[in-house]
Amino acid sequence: MTQPPKASAKQKDVSKDSSMLKQKEMIAGHYRRLSTAGEDGRKVAATFVPGNLNELIMCFDLLNNLPEVNAIQSGLRKESGRYVMEAEKLGHSEDVCTYVKNDLGMIARGNVGPYGLQLPDPDVLLLSYTGCFTFMKWFELLREQYDCETIMMHTPYTGDGKITQNMRDYMVKQLKEEVIPKLERVSGVKFDIDRLREYLKESARAEDDLVWVLQSAKNKPSPIDAYFGGIYYIGPIFGAFRGTKEATEYYGALRAEVQDRLDAHQGPVTPDGEMDGEKYRLVVEGPPNYTSFRDFWKMFYEEGAVVVASSYTKVGGVYDFGFRHDPDNPLETLADYCLGVYTNRSLPQRVEMLASYVNDYQADGLLVNSIKSCNSFSAGQLLIMREVEKRTGKPAAFIESDLVDPRYFSPANIKNRLESYFQMIEQKRAGKHVEAGHVEAGAAA
Amino acid sequence: MTRTTAEIVGHCQSLFEDLNFTAARAWKDAVPGRKVIGYMPIYVPRELIHAAGALPLGILGGGDQLEVIHGDAYYQSYICRIPRSTIELGVTGRLDFVDGMLFPSICDVIRNLSGMWKLMFPGVYAKYFDVPQNYRDDIGGSYYVGELKDLRDDLGELTGRPITDDALRASIAAYNDNRRLVRDLYALRIERPWQVPAPEVYLVLRAGMVLPVDEHSRLIRDYMESVEGEDRPMRDNCRIVVTGMFCEQPPLNLIKSLELAGCYVVDDDWLLVTRWLLDDVPIEGDPLENLAAAFLHHSENTAAKYEPNSAEKGKYLVEMVRRASAEGVIFAAPSFCDPALLERPMLQHVLTEAGVPYIAFKYAENSGQMQPIREQAGTFADSIKLWSEA
Repeated sequence: MTQPPKASAKQKDVSKDSSMLKQKEMIAGHYRRLSTAGEDGRKVAATFVPGNLNELIMCFDLLNNLPEVNAIQSGLRKESGRYVMEAEKLGHSEDVCTYVKNDLGMIARGNVGPYGLQLPDPDVLLLSYTGCFTFMKWFELLREQYDCETIMMHTPYTGDGKITQNMRDYMVKQLKEEVIPKLERVSGVKFDIDRLREYLKESARAEDDLVWVLQSAKNKPSPIDAYFGGIYYIGPIFGAFRGTKEATEYYGALRAEVQDRLDAHQGPVTPDGEMDGEKYRLVVEGPPNYTSFRDFWKMFYEEGAVVVASSYTKVGGVYDFGFRHDPDNPLETLADYCLGVYTNRSLPQRVEMLASYVNDYQADGLLVNSIKSCNSFSAGQLLIMREVEKRTGKPAAFIESDLVDPRYFSPANIKNRLESYFQMIEQKRAGKHVEAGHVEAGAAA
Repeated sequence: MTRTTAEIVGHCQSLFEDLNFTAARAWKDAVPGRKVIGYMPIYVPRELIHAAGALPLGILGGGDQLEVIHGDAYYQSYICRIPRSTIELGVTGRLDFVDGMLFPSICDVIRNLSGMWKLMFPGVYAKYFDVPQNYRDDIGGSYYVGELKDLRDDLGELTGRPITDDALRASIAAYNDNRRLVRDLYALRIERPWQVPAPEVYLVLRAGMVLPVDEHSRLIRDYMESVEGEDRPMRDNCRIVVTGMFCEQPPLNLIKSLELAGCYVVDDDWLLVTRWLLDDVPIEGDPLENLAAAFLHHSENTAAKYEPNSAEKGKYLVEMVRRASAEGVIFAAPSFCDPALLERPMLQHVLTEAGVPYIAFKYAENSGQMQPIREQAGTFADSIKLWSEA
């Protein structure tokens, strides 16, 4: 039996490559800007990650505050548990989205953000309703808290697996007639479509480099982990930086860094250092658990498992099948972007994507991390798993956790399931070898 | 011959219990080439299905009589029950006569179920029927007319009977009549809830999910006529509104338990498709435009809709309480129901401000143990009777 590859634990602290440090600084800087928004005379738009209209928001000099990202950051810092409990004490059900409860619990406790800095009250809630019904209720709940202008940008679900002209026209009309005039009113800044075009050009540049980085995982060994590491990579582009020169620079630097790793045949960087050797290549469906993020990741890299593609890194935009923000059609491209994010895609489209990832990235199989409080992702995942297995012939497995509620992360259970899954992959491989041996023997005879 | 109340309710009860949809199968078999289009709660434009000559069939899960065996393999434990029992109905062949399925815009679970249906039953027309959350005629209205046109084309192709404007106008008239009767039934219950008990109202409405619209209209008329002749005692019950039951259906025993616990249900949000449009849809003019305008400006409020005006949020529930002279509200939501459970705190705040008492509990379509619900509802009823200002 081969020895499991191990991360070379050279450092006591969490190991980070330079792009991670840069990314961390960008996010921290953004939280600082948010905390001083009032003093600096900046207005703030709260909005969501999937289908976010960052380029448009920037056209009005608004700062972008993302409650989902606040929840993620609270989860990573182990603060989300108390916020979730706080929201439940206030009457929110134990059954509903824990991002929502994190947000409401955090507000109830003074709205101090994950970096320990006061978060500002939003001047406008830009409800980009893409891919998740909960968003709609979440922003109605926030409107109740803040009593500020709320803009609803309704994105139809692409249930038939296509974007129709009727959907696109509807979105463009909403942008022209509702979103832009209201953002002008709130911000006091007149809309300039050429400014939007410039931001969109920047977006497309960064998107090119992000796609290159994510697709570098097609190499063996993969120089990146496209799920755990991927979460750091998508931070700037899915958050407050898409359309900025800062993001373009970040993705350019990240690409160069990954190119170096490729040239050196290196595996991904993990919190315990560089991962030597790659034993299992996985595609992962569903968000990660954030309250035990590092422990969760460790369960993978300790076994030599690298995630080569994931659906979660497509929630803020699916770029790897060709979509780029198009400065020549600024409003239409925003519509197409919103319509095309991962959770706005039909289940058959999701199956097709995941099966293509398993094949194109030469993965050993599909792992589903089913999230208790996210029906948008989770309802239907068992069928997704079966379909991908059927189409690829590769084994799939299922684990369950939650986004930011620590009560739903059971390490022993998840570790057991992962170990069983890795054994299943080994058996599948052994079976293939035996089968191949039979064929050869038959041919020799 | 006039049927008695017991006969009508018995008929409705047998339709309700029939998970093989015998009545709908018989309707289909009666004329070669007939088609049946299933739909899930809460709203689809049944007028279009009717105008295509097809039978709109409400698929509302499996209730408490269906043992879910296969369906549980498709859903995690933390997902509500209606999708799993609907899958069970599908994989056990109970829906093998259904030619198409419409999945309305209600929540992420039903949304994803539309894709599951496409994968599991590739020969069946399956569509997620989206509706606008923008209520301007020139924005949401135009979009909705476009979606209605697409559905009209699809249904025309499916049935081989393209939908003409005149056919659609006739269908709108039939559904206007049906909605008027439902409104009358609800008005009668507000007036004399002891005369039209909630379990009966539910069964009468529920029959409309499987019967052709004209037959259902006749049934409501017959029922209202028959109950007039019933001698039913008025009990010392309090008057309550039940809300949150718009999707996964409550067990019939749950509704019975509420009345047994001392609560007259004087308004509710059951089977909203039967009264989604609050007024008659005009017959003159473009029928699709008329349906769209009715949807945008004269439709029921529920958690699956966005309320653009913060001052209006939840006011419909207070209105409902006032209109029905109710003394309290019971929030009853299916476990894991995102829309109902996320909406609930906002509605509770509005009720608190309006001074309307309320309680809340959860259920599942197969909940069997009613004692806790009866105790909770009974205590609520007692508290209203003892402590209310009236």
